[in-house]
Amino acid sequence: MSNHQKTYWKGTEQLTNDPSFVKNADKEFPEYLPVNSNKENDNGGTSRRDFLKMMGFGIAAASLAACEAPVRKAIPYLNKPVDVDPGIANYYASTYSTGGDYASIVVKTREGRPIKIEGNKQSPITQGGVSAQVEASVLSLYDQERLVGPLKGGKAANWEDIDKDIINQLNNISASGGQIRIISNTENSPSTLKVINQFAEKFGNTEHVMYDAVSAYGIIKANESSFGVSGIPSYDFSRANVIVSFGADFLGTWLSPIEFTKQYSRTRKVSSEDKTMSRHYQFETNLSLSGANADYRTPIKPSQEGLAVAALYNEVAKLTGNSGISTTKFEFNHMAKAAKDLVATRGKSLVVSGSNDADVQILVNGINNMLGNYGTTINLNKVAYFKKGNDEQFSNFIKEANAGNIDAVIFYNSNPVYDSGMGVELEKALTKIALTVSTSDRNDETTSLVKYVAPDHHFLESWNDAEPKQGELSLVQPTISPLFKTRQAQDSFLKWSGSQVAYYDFLRSNWESSYFASQEPTFDIFWDRTLYNGVLSVSGEASEISMNTADLASSASRINKNYTATNNGMELSLYTKVSIGTGFHSNNPWLQELPDPISKATWENYASISQKMANELGIKMFEGKTSVITVTINGQTIEIPALVQPGQAEGTIGIALGYGRKKAGKVGNDIGVDAYPFVATVNGVKSYSLTKGVSIDGKGAEYQLAQTQTHQTFMGRETVIQEALLSDYKKKGWHRDFQPQIATSKGKVSPSKLTLWNGHKYNNHHWGLAIDLNSCTGCAACTVACQSENNIPVVGKAEVAMRRDMQWMRIDRYYSSNADVSDHEGLEKAAENPEVVFQPMMCQHCNNAPCETVCPVAATTHSSEGLNQMTYNRCVGTRYCANNCPYKVRRFNWFKYHDNSKFDKNTSMNNTLGKMVLNPDVTVRSRGVMEKCSMCVQRIQAGKLQAKKEKRKMEDKDATTACASACPSDAIIFGDLNNPDSSISQYLKLKNHDDEPIKEVNNERAYHVLEELRVAPNVWYMTKIRNKDKVNNEA
Amino acid sequence: MSLKKYITRLSFIALFLVGILSLSNTTAAFAQDAEIPTDEAVIANGKTLFNNNCTVCHAVHEKVVGPALINVHQRRELPWLINFISNSQKVIQSGDEYAVNLYNEYSKTVMPSFDYFSEDEIVSILAYVKQESANPPSSEPAATAADGTQSAAGAAGGIGIPSEYLTLIIVGFVIVLVLILVVLILIITVLKKFINQKEGIEAEDKEYVNQKLDVGKLVKSNGFLFFVITIFTIVVVKTVIDGLYTVGVQQGYQPTQPIAFSHELHAGQYEIECQYCHTGVMISKSANIPSANICMNCHTAIKTESKEIAKIYKAIDYNPETAEYGDNVQPIEWVRIHNLPDLAYFNHSQHVNVGGIECQTCHGPIEEMAVVKQWSTLTMGWCINCHRETNVNSKGNDYYNDLVKAHDGGELKVVDIGGLECAKCHY
Repeated sequence: MSNHQKTYWKGTEQLTNDPSFVKNADKEFPEYLPVNSNKENDNGGTSRRDFLKMMGFGIAAASLAACEAPVRKAIPYLNKPVDVDPGIANYYASTYSTGGDYASIVVKTREGRPIKIEGNKQSPITQGGVSAQVEASVLSLYDQERLVGPLKGGKAANWEDIDKDIINQLNNISASGGQIRIISNTENSPSTLKVINQFAEKFGNTEHVMYDAVSAYGIIKANESSFGVSGIPSYDFSRANVIVSFGADFLGTWLSPIEFTKQYSRTRKVSSEDKTMSRHYQFETNLSLSGANADYRTPIKPSQEGLAVAALYNEVAKLTGNSGISTTKFEFNHMAKAAKDLVATRGKSLVVSGSNDADVQILVNGINNMLGNYGTTINLNKVAYFKKGNDEQFSNFIKEANAGNIDAVIFYNSNPVYDSGMGVELEKALTKIALTVSTSDRNDETTSLVKYVAPDHHFLESWNDAEPKQGELSLVQPTISPLFKTRQAQDSFLKWSGSQVAYYDFLRSNWESSYFASQEPTFDIFWDRTLYNGVLSVSGEASEISMNTADLASSASRINKNYTATNNGMELSLYTKVSIGTGFHSNNPWLQELPDPISKATWENYASISQKMANELGIKMFEGKTSVITVTINGQTIEIPALVQPGQAEGTIGIALGYGRKKAGKVGNDIGVDAYPFVATVNGVKSYSLTKGVSIDGKGAEYQLAQTQTHQTFMGRETVIQEALLSDYKKKGWHRDFQPQIATSKGKVSPSKLTLWNGHKYNNHHWGLAIDLNSCTGCAACTVACQSENNIPVVGKAEVAMRRDMQWMRIDRYYSSNADVSDHEGLEKAAENPEVVFQPMMCQHCNNAPCETVCPVAATTHSSEGLNQMTYNRCVGTRYCANNCPYKVRRFNWFKYHDNSKFDKNTSMNNTLGKMVLNPDVTVRSRGVMEKCSMCVQRIQAGKLQAKKEKRKMEDKDATTACASACPSDAIIFGDLNNPDSSISQYLKLKNHDDEPIKEVNNERAYHVLEELRVAPNVWYMTKIRNKDKVNNEA
Repeated sequence: MSLKKYITRLSFIALFLVGILSLSNTTAAFAQDAEIPTDEAVIANGKTLFNNNCTVCHAVHEKVVGPALINVHQRRELPWLINFISNSQKVIQSGDEYAVNLYNEYSKTVMPSFDYFSEDEIVSILAYVKQESANPPSSEPAATAADGTQSAAGAAGGIGIPSEYLTLIIVGFVIVLVLILVVLILIITVLKKFINQKEGIEAEDKEYVNQKLDVGKLVKSNGFLFFVITIFTIVVVKTVIDGLYTVGVQQGYQPTQPIAFSHELHAGQYEIECQYCHTGVMISKSANIPSANICMNCHTAIKTESKEIAKIYKAIDYNPETAEYGDNVQPIEWVRIHNLPDLAYFNHSQHVNVGGIECQTCHGPIEEMAVVKQWSTLTMGWCINCHRETNVNSKGNDYYNDLVKAHDGGELKVVDIGGLECAKCHY
């Protein structure tokens, strides 16, 4: 065994070995956990008399209830649609396109209601991947707080009236030469843009202003200046051997994270046949998802970002023989190494930056140009339309509006009062505009200030198209009849501009004229085929693009002016979370309760600070308990809880955007702090960091954050996380460092060879999962997919804080440190910038399951297909199984979460509308029963039935779990271990014709978590490989 | 109709038809015989298809909703028939004179399209019709009917003693027992008299012989009280337990439905396949209560004046006189009879399609029910019992290959392939 034992710790309180933590560290439920929250009754619960009374009442009630069963009605269709059969799911290809976020999806509907979103494998962009937000968007459809019809002056109106009013006023404004503005987020639907154009032509003096809550205007400006191409290029991470990112969280939130995760994970797949993988450098302030996945990560302050890019420029210029730029010198960790690696893989590398500063982006363009990455990893011939917002145009609009020069404004599905960063000015300006209209789906911050609201459909009720990239088209089709009296915004625009055409016909005729080029015999066939596929690629012309390097010097000089290597003041870096994003989905409880992949905090935002700063402020974080800090930003003072975040750059704090909403709905209102007012405008573009005017004015009251990961201690246990360096892995005969063995009379043997049990017999199927820790990025799409598939309730912040979160699938995040546990000083040093590992953890479906043997009522049993089955209606809630589970993956229903007004944030189970999202094939669990991952047994059963009906053997395509199908990095593989042709059998290299219940796995990276317990799970994890040099690892 | 009458009538019709057949054979202008196969497998296949899909509206020898199909292969050319069967509306719309006339003659009843049939399948149906046309209807149906009654009787009488005999036997036993009792009492009386008349018996013995039964004392005795209380307790406990077991069990539940639809008439008398209306049974978890458009396939033409049918018309806002549909629709709210708890997953297609289970196995003699009732208990014990006893329908289904192999090709019950495991029905 190797002695490079690494240390994993779950939080800073473990790192500092807080005595009260150590006391409770090995308990799952520490004593202080307030299990009985009923304060009045704390002297001993119910009395004997009460018990008898309840018994008597219970028996009487039961016998009364038994007298007559309720009459249940069955209401069949009057005229059954040919392709809808009750009980059979239908799948429709569609598109998720919200504010530039794009995913091609397949919507699963049952009896005409969408219940689940899957990725569309036909799409060349997202390739079947989805994200947490996309998965959760189906719940937003059934949001009770959507507007049910048009409003006039805040009161319900009817469509005829508001149409008449709006058309009249528009005509008047147009006649008098008034100015009309349409404000939207990024809009990349060609047909919608055409509709808006038509509208603009009709009324004249109409401008369509796009802005983005998180702008990428700096990139667009830079490309305009460098290449004359005003847009964002297509990136191809899959072809990059070396990736350098300056604050671009391309795996989490930057531009097109699903697409980039697909591409990136392809470069992280290693096997004994192909032991190559990409190397990833990240220079950033907050620890992002991309930073967590990087091989080398360097924390930098926002004030250094420009200099860091300039430093790389000079290093690369030196190595490629180009002339450098003059810049303030500063030594960045790993910078020279990154440059060397980049130059070594010229043309197969990629440098990206998340900065919105055009000068920084011009330098990035310069670096990529020197490396010859244009045409290989970057394609400017295929402009991406993920972000089209124009910050200058939007600022102009605010200016003009405040000057009283705008006569009408239509907010097309946008909420700039909340998320533009100029909400206060806009709010003032709105009173000066004669006609204000919004098409938002709810009475949000902007909509509540306008005169007319013409609510749009949810995208699952709409017809539309999208063009996320030049030539890559995608159709949106309705999967349910509109729930309310809403109207598609495009129809509203058409109507107001006097057209009688319905948007559906408009869309079709636009496609017929623009994209139908006799690919199919008739347009109808072409249309049906495209609808079926969901996507269409049309080839564009490629043209030679060359860089104009003249601007580099001036950019460099501006960077020298605007950035400084040593800023002593506090700095602020704003970011968006994988879950809530810009705040558009604030009223979605699945996303609110989704733990942040890094901090594991739910239900709010916080100020992330470094350990050093916490020490200075005297903040101790313990089991989510922390303190509120007072932060003054540009003269504005806010109180916000602090979260000690390893990896946070010294002297900086990070705050997530998208919180602190006032009018999102009952789930999203008044959660966290609104950070949009701190978005600054520098040189006409939005800036998401502040390098001046930020100060922390001390510590306030105690505060409880709801974090999901303070359950377990895995410190120093290689039996949980195994990793290796690529250089070691490449050596012949590599084997895992840690392979527990048990001493017997016949010498040491592997735990899998020893057993007291007879073992189960799996005659037909044996289900298993293989999870690649090397490609898992921790994006949490699987967690929401699982929640949606398996009717998992949302429990709210208070319950999460009490460790009663219900998600069956959790992603454990471990920070690592090379130092010895006793070496406190060494631990602290590593903690500044730790390595991170993500481990998806769900029921391991052990072959010798410890839970099964302790259940007194046999509610959890083993199936003949290797599944650990949980029978809710047999469970009496002793929780012995949870206590005996070494993986802590069992979840107990402490309360009745459905039809319970105390859990009204669990919207999918507490109102008739929300309940439409429930999967009818999965039971909604009641109070007092245990639940856990079933390996999507309902999907397995459906797949088996399909094979039986077709009288054939079962294949991989018949069934997969919700998590495996959602995973954008293909890190989860599900399949039948008994079938030698299944992809999991081949991936794990199972011994052929192995009928043993415990399979012999020949994939050298595969291991079981807690292998020495010999519970023999059916879930394998693949050792994480880091592409780092050995020397650096020791440092 | 009595069987005898039926047979005579059928043979009469058959004779008549044979006459026509021989006539038409000589006059038929186009002979299709060469193209229609006479292979028995094809005909058998055609028979199944015909019975499953066509019998609702057509019979070979008589006019039902649609025309009698006898010798249809001689009336029209094969390609025409294939076109018409696969999509009759297309042919009618193309203006084909014969088709249009036919359509008008049958009061514009639309024949549903069967475009999912391959050409071979349609030909096989025609092959069957051709064979049936040649068969005089008298002999065969009569024979099968007779077979049917015989086998039905066989099934009823096959196991044990019929119930009416059982009562007779019991009554006989009781009579014999009463006779024995009378004889015994007589013997006792005679013996008593004899002993009393005898001299020289001790007083003690005499008292013993002449003692009277003291009912009051017996009732008050501990033994008797114990006996009565025990019996009472047993009866009460048994009743309570039995009662508790029926909580939530709705066996025999027979609610009145909004429309008096009779399975006895449709499934029993007219022998309409269950699947014709319950379209989901082979493909889905739910068998589906038929939508009104399925009713209307026939009831645009049949029994249009009935009060019950009028309820369907009202639901779909159909005017039978003008044959027009309106917008004022009102879904039909049937009362659900078979209610499984939400925690149990049941799939019809698994049982009917894959398992080959007859509807009647669970639903009872549905074809005899004028008003449907819940036949089985639908309890978990009932499910489990069946899973223990039923063989897996593994023949010809490759899915089960490994399982059959694991059981050395022996008998494979549902329980052997995990049919009792929790997560097969509860998830």
